[in-house]
Amino acid sequence: MECLTGKKILTKGNYAIANAAVMAGCQCYFGYPITPQSEIGEFMSGKMQELKRAYVSAESELAAINMVIGAVSTGVKAMTSSSSCAVALMQEALSYASADELPVVLVSVMRGGPGLGNIYPSQGDYFQSTKGGGDGDYKLIVLAPSTVQECADLTYKAFYLAHKYKNPTVLLADGMLGQMMEPVEFKKYPYPEIDNSGWALTGAKGRDGRIIRSYAPLAQDRCEFLKKLYDKYRIIEENETEWEEYKTEDADIVLVSFGSTARNAKIAVKKCREKGIKAGLLRPVTLFPFPHKRINELASTAKQFISVEVNMGQMINDVKLAVNGKVPVELINKPVGIPPSPDEIVRQIEVYNGSTSF
Amino acid sequence: MAVQVFKVPDSIRKNAKFSFCPGCDHGVAVRLVAKVIDELNLREKTILAASVGCSVTLYDFINVDSVEAPHGRAVAEATGIKRACPDKFVFTYQGDGDFASIGLAESMHAALRGENISAICINNTTYGMTGGQLGPTTLLGQKTTTSPTGRNREYYGYPIKIAEHIALCDGTAFSARVSLDTVANIRKAEQAIKKAFEVQLKGLGFGFVEILSTCPTNWKMSPDKAHERVRNEMMPVFKPGIYKDVTEG
Repeated sequence: MECLTGKKILTKGNYAIANAAVMAGCQCYFGYPITPQSEIGEFMSGKMQELKRAYVSAESELAAINMVIGAVSTGVKAMTSSSSCAVALMQEALSYASADELPVVLVSVMRGGPGLGNIYPSQGDYFQSTKGGGDGDYKLIVLAPSTVQECADLTYKAFYLAHKYKNPTVLLADGMLGQMMEPVEFKKYPYPEIDNSGWALTGAKGRDGRIIRSYAPLAQDRCEFLKKLYDKYRIIEENETEWEEYKTEDADIVLVSFGSTARNAKIAVKKCREKGIKAGLLRPVTLFPFPHKRINELASTAKQFISVEVNMGQMINDVKLAVNGKVPVELINKPVGIPPSPDEIVRQIEVYNGSTSF
Repeated sequence: MAVQVFKVPDSIRKNAKFSFCPGCDHGVAVRLVAKVIDELNLREKTILAASVGCSVTLYDFINVDSVEAPHGRAVAEATGIKRACPDKFVFTYQGDGDFASIGLAESMHAALRGENISAICINNTTYGMTGGQLGPTTLLGQKTTTSPTGRNREYYGYPIKIAEHIALCDGTAFSARVSLDTVANIRKAEQAIKKAFEVQLKGLGFGFVEILSTCPTNWKMSPDKAHERVRNEMMPVFKPGIYKDVTEG
């Protein structure tokens, strides 16, 4: 596949992500194969060589994410991609990159867990990406595409936000988005380039050596740093929280769903409306920052929230925190695999509301 | 007329106060690294991937651009830096636990790929910063806090001979083991570091130096006794020498 602009092509989510990364100016890709995202590395291996950029088949995911840290410490755009049980191996480095404030970009294409699990689609890594598995207090910016087009668009955005805020950023897709084909149009990278001359490692020409470090033997230093870091997270919440709403203005029941699952939730809303059930959908596009404020506002008028997820119920915790006890919050889920169908969602909504029974 | 016989290398940070224990060879090793950086005029194009362990503090002493790495991942970070900026001089400075235990996969594979980076590894046969536990290079018979009756092969297995292993990798351009126990050996160490840096500058591949070092605090020895141990116990097992040098016919 070529780097095309201004023309629609039919392609897989994984290729859309890879091509968008190239077009965003990603200079280095480091990766280790894992289904269901291996197409990203396969695409990159050829394309990066062709463009005289860097590609390394890393010896492990540990090595891959740390190669990204090395590359981005010089100010360039760099990324890795992986999936679930292998992203688990990267948690240490993500904590370091957060503490070091480095613009790491990670594409995480979720598969079924826990453990080796399976290669079915899943949203089981909501916690992994938004709550972290690394040590200490930190947050990753997490973007959740819902279509192949968004796989491309949000890849651009991931690079932009990572560099704008000097914060590791995750594009959280799933096996379904990675593997399915849809029409996609690649725009020119729409964001400004961020000046990193104030911090990037370039060799200490005419100045003292810069040190990018989190190692802080004195407790007081760390206290001040963490306060500063959390000030940054508050700014990210204020500026970058993104979500989509569908028929929420008069909704009694608000579905909250992200990624590929949100597509079925949207169809379920349409079907509910046909039946006279006033349902709506709020789809978080950013999982951190999470649209807490907007959900809380909607909770003043809605009578019920339902989190629709392909896991055992993870995002529902954030929905409950946002709703803050104003109205009940229920769960419609599948543990792993193809998302619940629109009809299944509608039926479960009816069960929760007593209008039907099993 | 006064003749200057010693000066602090220019690449050492002004007012740097070494925090290494008295008698620890890290101080000498750091000075040698800084001296070679001076000699090759590399300071303004150098990026260091720092490690974890006593070696982590290098960036406080040496005045070059640095980024920290998680334990064992310095060589992976150095790979990323070099691939992003091939015109920079990139090196790591690690302990044996960092380089050859938790980071062995990264170290070996960088050597196998022939990454144009240089790595310095301090081998003091123990985990120094955490209080002297058994490490990948702990000698047979050596007592540590986690081998209280001494390392025996049945229970703990064998120590790794790092320089020999790295020399076996096809992408390695230079691999040597040196000691800092005498002035003559310190001079040889400086030459080896220089060589490991030069092969990178020439684009020949992975440059590596293992430096046998004292850890008087955890060995519970005076600096003199510690150097005797390096000579009498370490050097017969970890033999100093150049194990690979692609610049020599």
